[in-house]
Amino acid sequence: METTTSPARAKAGSAQHPGTVARRRQRVGWLFVSPFLLIFVIFLVVPLGYAFYMSLFTSTLAAGKSFTGADNYIKAFTDPIFLEGMARVGFFALVMIPLQIGIALLAALVLDTLATKLSKASRLLIFAPYAIPVVIGALMWGFLYSPRFGPATTIFEVFGMQAPEFLSANLIFGSLVNIVTWQWSGYYMIVIYAALRSIDASIYEAARVDGATGTQIALRIKVPMISSSMVMVLIFAIIGTLQFFTEPVVLRNIAPGAIDAAFTPNMYAYALAFQYSQFNYASTIAFSLGILVFIGSYIFLYFTRKQSGLEK
Amino acid sequence: MNIRLIAATGLAALGVATLAACSSGEEGENGESAGTGGSDQACTNEIVNEDATQVLVWAWYPSFEPVVDLFNETHDDVQVCWTNAGQGNDEYSKFSTAIEAGSGAPDVIMLEAEVLSSFTIRDALVDLTEYGVNDIEGDYTEGAWSDVKSGDAVYAVPVDGGPMGMLYRKDIFDEYGIEVPETWEDFAVAAEALKDAGAPGVLADFPTNGRAYNQALFAQAGSVPFEYDSAQPQEISIEVNDQGAKDVNAYWADLVDRGLVATDDAFAADYNTKLVDGSYAVYIAAAWGPGYLAGLSDAEPDAQWRAAPVPQWDLANPVQINWGGSTFAVTSQAENPEAAALVAKEIFGTEEAWKIGIEEAALFPLWTPILESDYFADLEYPFFDGQQINRDVFLEAAAGYEGFTFSPFQNYAYDQLTEELFAMVEGQKSSDQALDDLQATLVQYANDQGFTVN
Repeated sequence: METTTSPARAKAGSAQHPGTVARRRQRVGWLFVSPFLLIFVIFLVVPLGYAFYMSLFTSTLAAGKSFTGADNYIKAFTDPIFLEGMARVGFFALVMIPLQIGIALLAALVLDTLATKLSKASRLLIFAPYAIPVVIGALMWGFLYSPRFGPATTIFEVFGMQAPEFLSANLIFGSLVNIVTWQWSGYYMIVIYAALRSIDASIYEAARVDGATGTQIALRIKVPMISSSMVMVLIFAIIGTLQFFTEPVVLRNIAPGAIDAAFTPNMYAYALAFQYSQFNYASTIAFSLGILVFIGSYIFLYFTRKQSGLEK
Repeated sequence: MNIRLIAATGLAALGVATLAACSSGEEGENGESAGTGGSDQACTNEIVNEDATQVLVWAWYPSFEPVVDLFNETHDDVQVCWTNAGQGNDEYSKFSTAIEAGSGAPDVIMLEAEVLSSFTIRDALVDLTEYGVNDIEGDYTEGAWSDVKSGDAVYAVPVDGGPMGMLYRKDIFDEYGIEVPETWEDFAVAAEALKDAGAPGVLADFPTNGRAYNQALFAQAGSVPFEYDSAQPQEISIEVNDQGAKDVNAYWADLVDRGLVATDDAFAADYNTKLVDGSYAVYIAAAWGPGYLAGLSDAEPDAQWRAAPVPQWDLANPVQINWGGSTFAVTSQAENPEAAALVAKEIFGTEEAWKIGIEEAALFPLWTPILESDYFADLEYPFFDGQQINRDVFLEAAAGYEGFTFSPFQNYAYDQLTEELFAMVEGQKSSDQALDDLQATLVQYANDQGFTVN
């Protein structure tokens, strides 16, 4: 940045009317930014503002609509269904994120050390689930889990055992974790792998000369050097998990008993708006979720500011 | 960062919601593209008379296109422009959003009778008495008419009904020497006999997400969960845990406990397979059930289905029940309510239209000229080896049905019922506790929604 801007600034300073030139430049700058700004305002700022405005009202079936200010927010943060959903996605995050990132990191490190044709094929195969649309992936797993269509019944029968009921209330948590891990590990792996490839190979050479083993290189050199990518991957995973929606919605069609309409906060907002016609409260729930996601990401970024490169 | 995050939340939710909505069709036989609302959209059908007033209709009946074509060919001044906006909840979600938005609803909409009051309370439907709907009251059964009527207002024209019967597998009954049950007591005995005889399947399924099905079973024992009249829209009586409901629930909980019935979720893939592969010997079904069964793939080729009356609690005083059934309502967003009302009244108002509906779409008519005709009573159904199921079962069931009152928040009530019944079959709650909890939840909800609960 420094090197490109300083000569320009020097030139502007030598002109006769430095203020006008700078202002004109600013105007040209706005011109370039305006298409983006227009779309940003129309599709992000306005809907967000409207949703917030809606969340300040309460409309009931029998008593009509009235302005209630922050009441909806107080209701949301004391609503056991919303809090239960938040706790559930929080628990999902605790289990799912380390699992996904762990698999992704391990796969990336292994692939990084292999230089055979096999590694290219493996890379593609691990990435493949991400190329499958989420809804399709969830539908597919739904059939795999099915006690009648799924392969589990047959496999367990070979050993004379009864297959677990993947779609029962007890196992649905693990079944969902499995789908998400299957789908996203490959994607995170590619991001981590790309970061690993950008490390100068001479560093490894130096380490090897110093007597470092493969594991030591991996843990002491590679991982610290890609920490900013790791932070990025983690923040994606946190946001994605807190917004958990598609997979449980799709599985709900197969296991409506085990997954209720308010299984995650996003599903709760969806059910409120489109099934129970409570658009105001749904806006509140969606906004509250947004606030919690923001706080969660902010805290995470704050504590990882060194690793992420946000602060030198 | 914060704005992007929150926006991403909303956008992702919306995008994903659309996808999920598209993929959640329960019966999945009608793969037609769903409309997006708005009156300027293309119709699925062809318009015969371009100059006539067009009425936009949302409906999901199977084989509906020939019925629409018939209407358009026989009407010069009004033409139907039909769109399939999804089935059941998919359509209701779109309609509900259009109501909130103030635009985008069709002129005429297919609604199940159970959700009518959920929409009248939001002023989304037109009272059709202004448009001469009372003139055709005589063409419908009393129960059907009471389902679309609220106070003096009539909010829809009935189309098809779901009088209930019992479909059973004659081959399985014969193989294990099971008698066709006439009462619920017989039914429990038959369930035990089938299990003792070593049959691989069970007698029937008790789906915790049966919704209208479970409610109908409760109603048969005299349960009246809701009292509601849209003339006094702010008052409601709720008693979902009355004695009738508790007795029936205890009965099924007992069968579940003893492993005599399955507890698979209805309309899920496994349930559909089990319906046709002999895992359930009995399908307690509405009159549209045979059509549903026939539409499922992988049916056993030598399965022999028969229809019998639904089991009774007291044979001396039989109670007939209803599951599903739909109507045509005119929305308050209709530009020309008069033309819309005409469509609602006349589209299924001819024998020709009904013959298509019955023969192609397996609908059960509530329109008496055809319901009471010899044609309908004599109809032989190849699916039942030529049994005249209407004469044997469904006509009597339809005649005995007296109507039912649903709550103005039926979708919520059903979702809660599903949760409670699931907790019950999982062994977390007793059958009484499940219904008592349901009662408490619904009363709380009604209070929150500003109702006076009696």
